[in-house]
Amino acid sequence: MSVFAISALKVAAALGLMLANGVIMIYMLRKVLGHLHIRLGPMHVGWKGTLQTVMDVLKLLTKEDITPRAVDRWLFRLAPAVVFVPSLMAYAALPFSDTWRVTDLDTGLLYTFTALSLVPIGILMAGWASANKWSLLGGMRAAAQQIAYEVPLLLSVLPIVMLVGSTNLGTIVEAQQGTLLGVVPRWFIMNPLFWPTFLIFVVAALVETNQTPFDLSEGESEIVAGFATEYSAMKFGLLFLSEFSNQFIVSALGVTLFFGGWTLPWLPHSWYAAVPILGPAIFITKTYLGIFIMMWIRGTFPRVRIDQVMQLGWQRLIPVSLVWIVFSGIVIKVWS
Amino acid sequence: MTDRCEETLGVGLLCEGQHDPGVPPAGLRRSPSGVDGLTTEHLIINMGPQHPSTHGVLRLIIEVDGEEIVAVEVSVGYLHRGIEKLAEHRRYDAVGTLMDRGDYVSGMMGELAFALAAEQLMDVEVPRKAHWLRSLASELNRLASHLVWYGTFGLDTGAMGQFLYAMREREALLDILEALSGQRMMFNYIRPGGVVADMPLGLTEQIRTFLSTFDTYLDEYHQLLGGNEIFQMRVKGIGTIDRQMALAFGLTGANLRAAGVDFDVRRARPYAAYPELDFEVPLGTTGDAWDRYIVRMGEMRQSARMIAQLIDGMPEGAFTAKVPRIIRPNAGEAYASVESSRGETGIHLFADGTEHPYRMHYRGPSLFAAQALEEILPGHLIADAVMIVGSTDIMLGELDR
Repeated sequence: MSVFAISALKVAAALGLMLANGVIMIYMLRKVLGHLHIRLGPMHVGWKGTLQTVMDVLKLLTKEDITPRAVDRWLFRLAPAVVFVPSLMAYAALPFSDTWRVTDLDTGLLYTFTALSLVPIGILMAGWASANKWSLLGGMRAAAQQIAYEVPLLLSVLPIVMLVGSTNLGTIVEAQQGTLLGVVPRWFIMNPLFWPTFLIFVVAALVETNQTPFDLSEGESEIVAGFATEYSAMKFGLLFLSEFSNQFIVSALGVTLFFGGWTLPWLPHSWYAAVPILGPAIFITKTYLGIFIMMWIRGTFPRVRIDQVMQLGWQRLIPVSLVWIVFSGIVIKVWS
Repeated sequence: MTDRCEETLGVGLLCEGQHDPGVPPAGLRRSPSGVDGLTTEHLIINMGPQHPSTHGVLRLIIEVDGEEIVAVEVSVGYLHRGIEKLAEHRRYDAVGTLMDRGDYVSGMMGELAFALAAEQLMDVEVPRKAHWLRSLASELNRLASHLVWYGTFGLDTGAMGQFLYAMREREALLDILEALSGQRMMFNYIRPGGVVADMPLGLTEQIRTFLSTFDTYLDEYHQLLGGNEIFQMRVKGIGTIDRQMALAFGLTGANLRAAGVDFDVRRARPYAAYPELDFEVPLGTTGDAWDRYIVRMGEMRQSARMIAQLIDGMPEGAFTAKVPRIIRPNAGEAYASVESSRGETGIHLFADGTEHPYRMHYRGPSLFAAQALEEILPGHLIADAVMIVGSTDIMLGELDR
């Protein structure tokens, strides 16, 4: 096969994963929230409501696509694409296993963060183009908070990069092999040096993906639906899908950076080569566990106010992560 | 400003000049204001009547500078059904149905206010059991109403979980109220002269089962919402209505008591079985949204206490006085008020000796709370506005009549 055909297949696979992930995550969200809220969630379409999200996607595809008269037409149409494409791009560097990945980038970590940081541009576009005051507020909030939290998100993981000496996500996973005392995995989450790192990463990741308690840009009780207020049909579907996709990516990044990626330390290395599906299966299971925790938070937490979010970002997380970079740099230097 | 002070509600002195509202919120400025030579345009936003968290069809016309509220105009009347006028064409036993549709989350209290006003003009002795059943119905309804407030207040902050937990308890309460009155929300249970029906068999047990778990659940709810650090960050210190302002605006109920004013119609002008019941009136200190939250949570606990006393001491006897099929009160004027879930709900009734009221005035507490919004909202963020409206627990059905 030519290089182009292989590339096309890989893109198609990423797209398929993204769509399937959207459908699965919406079903999962409904079920998880349902059971947290002492109810059952969808039960009627298909076995235990499994076909509910499939039908909802069909509904979104066939719905009337309304474009309000006052909107800035080009920006309005472009915005969902600008939100959607970066989240598709972000799949490129994720290592599902040592062989299963779209591309083996040496700058994988930076690349993924870059892709994620393009999303707010689309959200701001959507908010501005909608010619709706609630949308505008939502877009502004999204821009403000995502700019504020990209910095700590990236700064927080620098200690890991310093220890591993690479931004290649695959190399970071390989640095977490083996066990301590035969039981405790040598994941970075087990290393006390990275506990503050992990906390900052979790908070910043929740902000980056607009998850509760930081879902200010579409906080439905305050600004209706924020930047997505005027969107309908599949344009809304794309905005929605990319939000779920971003959640998957951040969770996958967390798994890669802190929880040993596609590996389990108790399994012999030869197994991964013998059963090629094993690595991706472990990786996706871990990722969905991370997503479950995000949904758990979403089911219980109230929302933070915009000024409190900004204060937390600029006044706490950024200084703390800067100090921690210096401290862990010294520790790593002394240790080695 | 003079130094004239007058007694308000029999609970405190309100002196003119002590409460200076500063720049009045009278209308919006509707013009961009210049700051340091730069012109920043203020945005005028319609919050409502279609908005997820205005609790019905309240419309707030908000002038914002960025996200900060500069001025607010409260626009009401989207749910006006002419209840006061309709009452002039209903017979006395049928006005209760209208009162149910006023404050539709605590219908029992509205019915009771009307029944008390009508009874003042009738030659009727309400039996003791009717008084107790009225109190029981009111307190059950108060719990159901406060649970709606608790759930939606959480929704305003963006928390979803506790809403459905509160609905679980409310469902049990509505089942009890249905067993008592035959209806879940539109009861028409309390009529002039007494109540419609006695307690059905087994209801005492049903209520006891409910009460056996309720206190534990209430602790859990308080932990779930009030114990959350983010919720406290959001609620503490916003929407402060101090004592003077609360009295000046004529607030009643939890909104007034949160400011530390000890006024409760159940104690100040006792009615139904309340003189015989042992209960406390929870009070706040500063009058911010957090105090209103604490006061309402405390009220729920007190209501549960009262319900336990009411089912334990329920007297024997008739549940209604002998009233004629068509009630024709004596001509005259009467005012009666009750402590509803939101404050003092009063009925000012003019009777002309016929079977219809000549004029009925409905004094609802939400209208007064909504007026106060114009003054307390400026200076807060939009996100706070939602919380403050939620914390005042206004009910649009009763506000718009």
